[in-house]
Amino acid sequence: MTIATDVRTQAKAEVQNLNFHYGAFHALKGINMPVHEKKVTALIGPSGCGKSTLLRCFNRMHDLYPGNRYDGKILLHPDNTNLLDEQVDPIEVRMRISMVFQKPNPFPKSIYENVAYGLRVRGEKRRSVIDERVEQALRGAALWDEVKHRLNELGANLSGGQQQRLCIARALATDPEIILFDEPTSALDPIATASIEELVTELKDKVTILIVTHNMQQAARVSDYTAYMYMGELVEFGLTDQIFIKPQKKETEDYITGRFG
Amino acid sequence: MSANAPPMSAPLSSAPDTVSDRLRKRASRHVKERVIEFILFSAASISVLTTAAIVYILVSESLTLFEHVSLWDFLTDTQWTPLFDDAHYGIMVLLSGTLTSSFVALAVALPLGTIIAIWLSEFASFKTREFAKPVLELLGGVPTIIYGYFALMVVTPALQSIWPDLPGFSLLSAGLVMGVMIIPYVSSLSEDAMRAVPMSLREGSYAMGATRLQTALRTVVPAATSGIASAYILGISRAVGETMILAVAAGMQPNLTFNPAEPGATITSYIVQVALGDLPHGSVGYQTIFAAGLTLMLMTLCFNLLGYYLRKRFREVY
Amino acid sequence: MNQQDLQAIRAIITRHKRWDMLFGLLGLLALMVGVLTLTVLFADMAIKGASRIDYDFLTNFPSRRAGSAGILSAWVGTILVMLVTAFSAVPLGVAAGVYLEEYAPKNWMTDIIEINVTNLAGVPSIVYGLLALGLFVYKFGFGQSILSAGLTLGLLILPVVIVATRESIRAIPQMVREGAYACGATTWQTVRDHIVPYSSAGILTGVIIGMARAIGETAPIITIGALTFIAFLPPAPYTEVFPFISFDWLTAPFTVMPIQMFNWTSRPEAAFQVNAAAAGFLLVLMTLCMNGAAIWLRYRLRRNIKW
Repeated sequence: MTIATDVRTQAKAEVQNLNFHYGAFHALKGINMPVHEKKVTALIGPSGCGKSTLLRCFNRMHDLYPGNRYDGKILLHPDNTNLLDEQVDPIEVRMRISMVFQKPNPFPKSIYENVAYGLRVRGEKRRSVIDERVEQALRGAALWDEVKHRLNELGANLSGGQQQRLCIARALATDPEIILFDEPTSALDPIATASIEELVTELKDKVTILIVTHNMQQAARVSDYTAYMYMGELVEFGLTDQIFIKPQKKETEDYITGRFG
Repeated sequence: MSANAPPMSAPLSSAPDTVSDRLRKRASRHVKERVIEFILFSAASISVLTTAAIVYILVSESLTLFEHVSLWDFLTDTQWTPLFDDAHYGIMVLLSGTLTSSFVALAVALPLGTIIAIWLSEFASFKTREFAKPVLELLGGVPTIIYGYFALMVVTPALQSIWPDLPGFSLLSAGLVMGVMIIPYVSSLSEDAMRAVPMSLREGSYAMGATRLQTALRTVVPAATSGIASAYILGISRAVGETMILAVAAGMQPNLTFNPAEPGATITSYIVQVALGDLPHGSVGYQTIFAAGLTLMLMTLCFNLLGYYLRKRFREVY
Repeated sequence: MNQQDLQAIRAIITRHKRWDMLFGLLGLLALMVGVLTLTVLFADMAIKGASRIDYDFLTNFPSRRAGSAGILSAWVGTILVMLVTAFSAVPLGVAAGVYLEEYAPKNWMTDIIEINVTNLAGVPSIVYGLLALGLFVYKFGFGQSILSAGLTLGLLILPVVIVATRESIRAIPQMVREGAYACGATTWQTVRDHIVPYSSAGILTGVIIGMARAIGETAPIITIGALTFIAFLPPAPYTEVFPFISFDWLTAPFTVMPIQMFNWTSRPEAAFQVNAAAAGFLLVLMTLCMNGAAIWLRYRLRRNIKW
């Protein structure tokens, strides 16, 4: 396959034979897939297929709750660190890989402090550095012009779409290698959704993006690569155009054309 | 369906109700429901009556006192000797004892209670929490007379072994023990407030690479501020109103002091002292305990109302 | 991310994790202050008082000689006062709780009741004592009796019972009510047949906690002027002749366990301190058992009920 060789050369991360258990429940079964550098990779599939679970493996979110078990590897290039290795600190992983959540979750702090949070957590104290990075991140999230005069207002006072862009700015501020998006528009109206989608496409020049979405049109619009998952398994992975126009597997085709149960 | 089952249309009783029968039944049912509702309502209004009665008793008895004693003297006099021939009625003396002992207690209870709350809510495993919470609850369930005995017989001698100048009765040892008693009030309400902070905020913080302590101090505690504040206020209110620990371990001589190493009387321990003696109903001494009680009630009322609104606010946030 | 940056963030993480560890220890230490106090307090009274706890201690009246003094009148008084407390606080508290959850309309009257319940829960116990002194003892003329004391403590724990009732009623899902109403039940039938029975275990937990608090309350009882030296028992609640039941005990003077203990604590002689330790040990044992029972009950409840 031509794609496979392509994959090796530009992969930012690689999932290798990943199995994940919630207690006795086998949630991810033998996942293998690459995540291409400075591209958008979408994870699609019906609810409960494991797409969010897979996403949350990338920043070890599952470590927060007892009874979860990872097997297999997620290699982060270029240093080939296995993110799931028990020797690797989840905090280190999260400092390298940011996340934007399903529902906007700004902290009960000012807009400025929300964006500066990651820097503060890293022990950054120089005001000038923080100022600069906050502005940069807010510009990157296309929010700067709307909030530059009210940086001290509470993040919760913004509209839903603005809040989500604030969360994106928060994720951008620490210069992550990958940003994970967990259904970032599911709580937003269509106009806010469009602005977030536009932002995601802009961001891929700078950063690698992995996005979970329940909305196939969204996957088609924003992503370069798509992975279709079902019942904890990766059914098909490929270029988005290929998956949507000429899927290799019957199940993928059924899901994409809406014939799926 | 079995053969002897009644047909679906069979009436439940043989004689069908007439319309007026049904109306009468409905009316009587209605009356019964209203009567029951009224009885239950009366039970609920006991709380209002109790408050009203407290205010009435305290105010009316105090007013008779203020016929002899000017309010100005009450608030500014620096002596409290209502039972002596040379009677002085300076509530400041008792207030100083109350404030000093409360300060000592809160210096123990607020930091320890907060640390325990953060620890239980963000650090402890499920099992540890299951063990620690009942222990704290037991700590809050010990009668205060027991704490008083403990302060007098165990804590004071222990302190004296380090610091021989400490008198046998002191606001310090009473305050310290009172602080331990108040820990569960502070920790349990603060923990509730922290646990009410939605998981999504914590996840947001952890996703940024924050450690547990950073998440707790930078995200959870700020988000739970109003709940924690109401826990503090409850703690303050408990400290101000605590009686037996002070009556037993702090001595009961009125003493205008802010030095915890001295003995002193508080508003509450003064009431106990008078009640232990044989004061005739209607005497000036009898009225002073109501004036003291009124002062106490006003203080705690402010704290309670403030705490009520703060608690309401933190419930509404999420 | 290059190797240098990685080293830098690892250093930061190590530093931050040290703070995490430190706080973990600090929390444990803070908790230990509580656990240790409880242990020392219990052990101290057990060791000092153990020698005095025997059959005679339970069956003797207080005496001027420490060695032959006992707590008979105190524990009998405690039981009788608790009876009055339970019979006043439980029906009133449950009724008020049911009203606030199932009947109360959303209006200013309900708001006032709610604010009052919250406020009363925070009123210092000694203020209840003053209320009782002015109201029960003098205005109503109950005197310094078991009735006055029981009613005072009843009012004191009323908020506890109300709050417990409301919380356990709130835990009943709406579908249970809807199910009952759909069968044609009236509000009262729903309350009587469903709401109260299903919440009874939770209410019981609250009642036990309230009673444990009442048993140890000292300040309000002193305030109403309970005597500390009672060398007789109140009249028995039963009689030889018809109607075989007597309420004379309600108006009798009395003492209770915490008052007896306070009395001994404030004596200068060391021998009386031993008595105080013994009485205190029994008192704390009682309250801890009651609190323990309530905690256990709540634990069982949480495990068993799955709506």
